[in-house]
Amino acid sequence: MLGFIAKRLLWMVLTLWVIFTVSFFLMRAVPGGPFDSDRALEPEIEANINRYYHFDEPLVKQYGRHLWNAVRGDLGPSYKLSDYTVNQVIAQGLPVSMALGVLALAFAMCLGLVAGITSAVRRGTAADVVLMSIATIGIAVPSFVVAGLAIILFVFVIPIFPAAGWGSFDQLILPAMCLGAPYAADVARISRTSMLDVLSQDHIRTARAKGLSPARVIWGHALPGSLLPVASFLGPAIAGILTGSLVIERIFAIPGLGSHFIEASLQRDFTLAMGCVLVYTVLVYSMNFLVDISYSILDPRVELD
Amino acid sequence: MATGQLPPLVKGVSLGQDAWRRLRKSRVAMLCLWTIVAIALLAIFTPLLPLQPPDRKMTRLQYAAPEFSPLWVRFEDDTAGAAKVPDEEDQQLFRDYPELGLISRAMVRIRYRIFGDGSITSICGRDELGRDVLSRVFWGARISLLVGLVAGSVSLVIGVTYGSLAGYIGGAVDNFMMRLVDVLYSIPFMFIVIYILTIINQPEVKAWLEEIGIGRMTVFFFLVGAIEWLTMARVVRGQVISLKTEPFVEAARATGARQGRIIFRHIFPNLVSIVIVYLTLTIPRVMLFEAFLSFLGLGVEPPDVSWGLLANEGIKVITPVRVVWWLIFFPSLALGITLFSLNFLGDRLRDALDPKLASR
Repeated sequence: MLGFIAKRLLWMVLTLWVIFTVSFFLMRAVPGGPFDSDRALEPEIEANINRYYHFDEPLVKQYGRHLWNAVRGDLGPSYKLSDYTVNQVIAQGLPVSMALGVLALAFAMCLGLVAGITSAVRRGTAADVVLMSIATIGIAVPSFVVAGLAIILFVFVIPIFPAAGWGSFDQLILPAMCLGAPYAADVARISRTSMLDVLSQDHIRTARAKGLSPARVIWGHALPGSLLPVASFLGPAIAGILTGSLVIERIFAIPGLGSHFIEASLQRDFTLAMGCVLVYTVLVYSMNFLVDISYSILDPRVELD
Repeated sequence: MATGQLPPLVKGVSLGQDAWRRLRKSRVAMLCLWTIVAIALLAIFTPLLPLQPPDRKMTRLQYAAPEFSPLWVRFEDDTAGAAKVPDEEDQQLFRDYPELGLISRAMVRIRYRIFGDGSITSICGRDELGRDVLSRVFWGARISLLVGLVAGSVSLVIGVTYGSLAGYIGGAVDNFMMRLVDVLYSIPFMFIVIYILTIINQPEVKAWLEEIGIGRMTVFFFLVGAIEWLTMARVVRGQVISLKTEPFVEAARATGARQGRIIFRHIFPNLVSIVIVYLTLTIPRVMLFEAFLSFLGLGVEPPDVSWGLLANEGIKVITPVRVVWWLIFFPSLALGITLFSLNFLGDRLRDALDPKLASR
């Protein structure tokens, strides 16, 4: 277990270092400094700026300085949002994105599990067919399509939700649902398959034979075993929800990290974009790590290596 | 001679034929297959179809709702009054089209020869600049499918090469290569690709790339393709490892076949079916990726159109004042149908090729 954790940590540090290095040199390979697009500056001012941002030093020295700062958790100033450091922007955006992501994930899990278990238990009925058809379509449709149609439907045709913005809870529901919908579909399909698998096993027959109620059999005996594949899907789901929130945050004008990242990319704010990439990598990496550990807890037969 | 005594010849059925037979039993899968074929054909021959030019702006018809009658109209040319200069006729003709290749140009010419300026009405409505949405969805299909095909092929080449190398060499090399794949799985490539696109979008870099003859789109194709090869590599590796120990490979080695011959003659043909399955599952993924990036304004750029870009245009004009639903609905419908068909077909192909499920 300890060896596993150490190994994973090592890989993560290595990955982050590679991403940092590649991004740094890509960023510096781009001709012109970050302030060139503005009007021409006085030579003295330009020299001052260069000194302030250490552009006058040799590249290797700059790299070393940036790497050391990044290791200490200081990602430097934002190139375009003057007066803000990358850390401040991330500290502002990350909690917003996290709230949205957690809600979306919870929604995906609840809806997906209920739909999947229902259709497994009522296999072959109309409910099963309808639920699985919706799930198959849900997987194919990208979240921005869901969002567009949902806005038209629930904001303008039947006005129950506010269109966009951030602050109150009801502004959070629609984006979280749109973000979670494709993953709810995935969870439904996965949990249906694994539930069917478990239901055909001997211990379920035994549980039924000894006279347990159907609800008790399903919730107490079948469900825990069928959760494993769902747990292993959590890793990709979290990565996908983080990615999807790029689009959803833009559509619903939510000031999360995704919005900042896309804005930084469109504005060519390299330091901010790089900081976001690093934060996202850490997030996805550690989530995958947690999922792997939870997997070994759920199923003692799984060996971590 | 009594030839009748010979036992009747049992015709062998290859795995591929068997799978095809099983696939044909599923009506929905066949429907998906024909849908994909139809969409691909329509996309290829879009320049021939009697559609309005995709970039013809008619601002006074801004946001015109879908209409069905009359079904056939002559689209107006708002520059009809201007004097035509003979040698600029070409420019006149292609003014409202994105940059076209030779074949597409020829097809557009044929289209004008046959239909003149007659075209189908805007049955899908018009957008902000009065452009015909139906035509733009068709032209968008060309880019979206092209991305799927090219980026899919890139991922195919990388994945198959990587996976078969790892599987064939085996041992420590295989171990390392697969560990690397595991690590790559947990990297959020979307963000890295967006970062790289940011760099490419820098005007100086763009100019430099064009100087050495690489279009932005080419880089885009390769970037998208270069990140979706992980699953392909894993699957191919597994297949190669199990093939490596098959008796027929052993036999080939025993007869003194060279390494290259074993790989290309005996192992590759057996990979084809599984590769096709994962290709049909990879293509919708890369198309979705493209739609995502174009939606964010980082992918395809005007005057080119793609479904993601069209959906983005639709989302942008959502206002409480008027609901322009057709701008979102039709591109999304096209994207949804295509992705659904590919996904469904891929799933069914995988089932059809799985011998374990054969008894069902």
